[in-house]
Amino acid sequence: MIAGVAEDEEKWLSAGITGLQQNAFYMHRALDSNNLKDALKYSAQMLSELRTSRLSPHKYYELYMRAFDELRKLEMFFKEETNRGCSIVELYELVQHAGNILPRLYLLCTVGSVYIRSKEAPAKDVLKDLIEMCRGIQHPVRGLFLRSYLSQVSRDKLPDIGSEYEGDADTAMDAVEFVLQNFTEMNKLWVRMQHQGPARDKEKREKERSELRDLVGKNLHVLSQIEGVDLDMYRETVLPRVLEQVVNCKDEIAQYYLMDCVIQVFPDEYHLQTLETLLGACPQLQPSVDIKTVLAGLMERLSNYAASSAEVLPTFFQVEAFAKLNIAIGKVIEAQDDMPIYGAVTLYASLLTFTLHVHPDRLDYVDQILGACVKKLSGKGKLDDSKATKQIVALLSAPLEKYKDIDTALKLSNYPHVMEYLDNGTNKEMSNVIIQSIMKNRTCISTAEKVEALFELIKGLIKDIDENLQDELDEEDFKEEQNSVARLIQMLYTDDTEEMMKIIHTVRKHILTGGPKRLPFTVPPFAFSALKLVRRLQSQNENVSGEEVAATPKDIFQILMQTIEALSSVPVPELALRLYLQCAEAANDSDLEPVAYEFFTQAYILYEEEISDSKAQVTSIHLIIGTLQRMHVFGVENKDTLTHKATGYSSKLLKKPDQCRAVYACSHLFWLDEHNDMKDGERVMLCLKRALRIANAAQQMANATRGSSGSVVLFIEILNKYLYFYEKGVSQITIDLIQSLIELVKQEMSGENTTPEPATDAFFASTLRYIQFQKDKGGVVAEKYKPIKV
Amino acid sequence: MNFIIGAFKPACNVSITFSDGKSRKQVSLKNENGQTVTVPLFHNQETIAGKISVEPVSGKKVEHNGIKVELLGQIEMYFDRGNFYDFTSLVRELDVPGEIYERKTYPFEFSSVEMPYETYNGANVRLRYVLKVTISRGYAGSVVEHQDFVVRNYTPPPSINNSIKMEVGIEDCLHIEFEYNKGKYHLKDVIVGKIYFLLVRIKLKNMDLEIRRRESTGSGANTHVETETLAKFELMDGAPVRGESIPIRLFLSPYELTPTYRNINNKFSVKYYLNLVLVDEEDRRYFKQQEITMYRLQETS
Repeated sequence: MIAGVAEDEEKWLSAGITGLQQNAFYMHRALDSNNLKDALKYSAQMLSELRTSRLSPHKYYELYMRAFDELRKLEMFFKEETNRGCSIVELYELVQHAGNILPRLYLLCTVGSVYIRSKEAPAKDVLKDLIEMCRGIQHPVRGLFLRSYLSQVSRDKLPDIGSEYEGDADTAMDAVEFVLQNFTEMNKLWVRMQHQGPARDKEKREKERSELRDLVGKNLHVLSQIEGVDLDMYRETVLPRVLEQVVNCKDEIAQYYLMDCVIQVFPDEYHLQTLETLLGACPQLQPSVDIKTVLAGLMERLSNYAASSAEVLPTFFQVEAFAKLNIAIGKVIEAQDDMPIYGAVTLYASLLTFTLHVHPDRLDYVDQILGACVKKLSGKGKLDDSKATKQIVALLSAPLEKYKDIDTALKLSNYPHVMEYLDNGTNKEMSNVIIQSIMKNRTCISTAEKVEALFELIKGLIKDIDENLQDELDEEDFKEEQNSVARLIQMLYTDDTEEMMKIIHTVRKHILTGGPKRLPFTVPPFAFSALKLVRRLQSQNENVSGEEVAATPKDIFQILMQTIEALSSVPVPELALRLYLQCAEAANDSDLEPVAYEFFTQAYILYEEEISDSKAQVTSIHLIIGTLQRMHVFGVENKDTLTHKATGYSSKLLKKPDQCRAVYACSHLFWLDEHNDMKDGERVMLCLKRALRIANAAQQMANATRGSSGSVVLFIEILNKYLYFYEKGVSQITIDLIQSLIELVKQEMSGENTTPEPATDAFFASTLRYIQFQKDKGGVVAEKYKPIKV
Repeated sequence: MNFIIGAFKPACNVSITFSDGKSRKQVSLKNENGQTVTVPLFHNQETIAGKISVEPVSGKKVEHNGIKVELLGQIEMYFDRGNFYDFTSLVRELDVPGEIYERKTYPFEFSSVEMPYETYNGANVRLRYVLKVTISRGYAGSVVEHQDFVVRNYTPPPSINNSIKMEVGIEDCLHIEFEYNKGKYHLKDVIVGKIYFLLVRIKLKNMDLEIRRRESTGSGANTHVETETLAKFELMDGAPVRGESIPIRLFLSPYELTPTYRNINNKFSVKYYLNLVLVDEEDRRYFKQQEITMYRLQETS
């Protein structure tokens, strides 16, 4: 059926073209022989082809263009005819004898063009007559094309200022009047199309209308080209008249298109000066008009204009562009009741962009916009409209991008309120954007207040907003976002220790709300941030001792203690243990023995109660040993207790090799180079011997279970320890001991059951090489090594 | 044919010339054979003068019982063709009975002739003026020569010429108001006006303005009316909406119009009407007819 219609149309078009060409041929012949009468006759017949109602606008256009070309020839002929002495006035009458109106008016416009050019009558009179006569065509498509033809032939003949057809004082007004009238009539015809024909063809009709819209819009373009249209005339006449037509036509398609046209066609400067008028029309448009795109277009243009040169900015202030736009948007949103949320948000986003361009210093404007947005969103709950969400993200991102400084966004009281309306996922995304922005610009958030605000903003990341709703978030994504929170915590920093203390309080408050899943990510950076402050306080104390300080390391440690405790709920004992140790070390540096002791206690408790995995135990014990070794703050008693415990733990490890290694590591606890009171060779020796025993036992166990001797690597390791302490001057380590251990190793390695291990061999070889090297070095060391036989 | 013509060849040639023949305006006229001939133009109260020359064929003498010239104003009804009713008949005797041997010229003059009616060629009636020269001969048959001429009468522009303005309509369907700038138009006039649509509830397709001529002949029971559409002029294409006003500008010069004739010698009348026709999409026609008076204006050129 539809294919049939298209086919028919094709047929009608080609029939039309044939008819047109035939008559054009006769017309040419008449033109060649200067036969005016025949020329008129055949041209009228030719133009009669345009009377068809069967073609769609698209096809009609094709026909029209052919007629147009022919009419150019006819116009040339008319011009020659007048040169030959034929009166143009007579010619003007003669063409009006045609019986059919459409050909008659095409001819009239054609002659009219020559008439104006002849200057025998003022252009304005001829134009006025033409436009009046064109009323005879009430058929939308035919009328639009005829008037478009009129516009086409007249556009270079308007009585514009500076044109050769310039008339008296009001000449530009005449030109404007003409174009405005043509525009009005064309728009009426165009709108009328919508209401003609059956309802079921609505879609088709709308498509056809959109094909024709440029014919209407062209008039606005012509208007903008008229020299005589200065700002005053634009303000007083052109714009009000155009808007009047736009508003009164009450047609969705026309209003949208024409508003956009007005905005695109006329200069920015004019828009700026007539904002009130232009915007005043917006709320009067049909509710279904996509006004947001129109206004967004306007604001984009103005933004670009503002960006183009600083010189124009004062004008923006002078005309109070922001206030006007803001009011207009409010009114539009109010007027268009069923405007989707995303429409409103888009409007606000555009206004925000505009504001950021034009008034970068007016944060209050930005806040105002966000406030308005909140108002619009309020009572609607979370958004589930993806378009609106997207727009809100854009809205919220704009200030971040502009100011490159989160500080600014934090000053916007409405910012977090807007975020609240985002669904959880997007909220998080937005939070991420904020964090990215901070990271990218390396902005430090330097007051507790701002930190508070910031956490308010990104609370989607900080805690589960909706507890009932378990996120089905990808584990990977979760890690990613928590990592960024962790990074963010590092950025919360100020040189002012007092303020920093406050920040720490704030951060703590927030991260503790995060729940077990988040704590492992947030506590470590927090702890290190706090420890950093501790260290700074120390150095400060050294510099300005005696001064009253609000923040003391002690307080901080207290906070840390509590915070790390929170991790027990997760539980992540290993992490907590590390943090405790870290804190202990810091306390050590601050000479706070009880604090350090407390931290150690906590660490030990964790070790005992929570860390059951043997591998984790190994790691933990080594950490404990390592940390303990560096602690110098402890008194003998405390030290003893802790050391004792550590050794005890070591020997209770499950695997023999682990035991062995932990035990020989403990040896270091008794020999500190820099502390003379901590050089207990006796106990070093004890540890090493114990390690050796365990190594032996391990060896035997290996023999018993696998029938082959175990690795000798433990012995080599112990040998290394021997050498170390020997070098340090532990008197209990004797040459004999070393010698015998070397022999033992050699023996083991050459044993029958031993499976050769290249790594072990290499280890041993390099140990021996070291001995040899020390021997060769000469001096005191060489003396020491001399007795050892390799 | 030639033989017969030769046999009854008139004995003399008669020619009629008007005294101001060279300067007088000539107009074309369709004679009864359908041929277009060019004839002089006269107006009412003009003096018609000239010369009639009689020239015997190659030296023969022509005997006659007298020569006269008549000026006749005739009305011929087509249903009664060939039967002329003379409303004007003037005679001038040119010569007493005698003989003519050689070319002889007679001047004649009808001074200030009453010719109140215009020459008219209608559908059913014809009004003509003719000069008729008769050379009466006893047995040989008279020699008669006709010379048609046209009479047109100018009317001064009417002192009162009101516009025609009217509101018409079909209830709840269509209401229009139309206006023609005058009620009386001269033949080269332009009809200017507009149609204002007050209410449009039907889908109109187009609108034409027609000029119709209504010729009525006879009288009483024998009245015969013939209506012709002389012009069909499209005013509007497409369907207007309420509030539209459509301009009218119709040049009358291309059409062959005559002045309005009212009751010419009780024989016939010719009247003109403007007929406004609106056609809807189902080709239904809605029309309103208004009489206009046509008159002939003195041409300035």
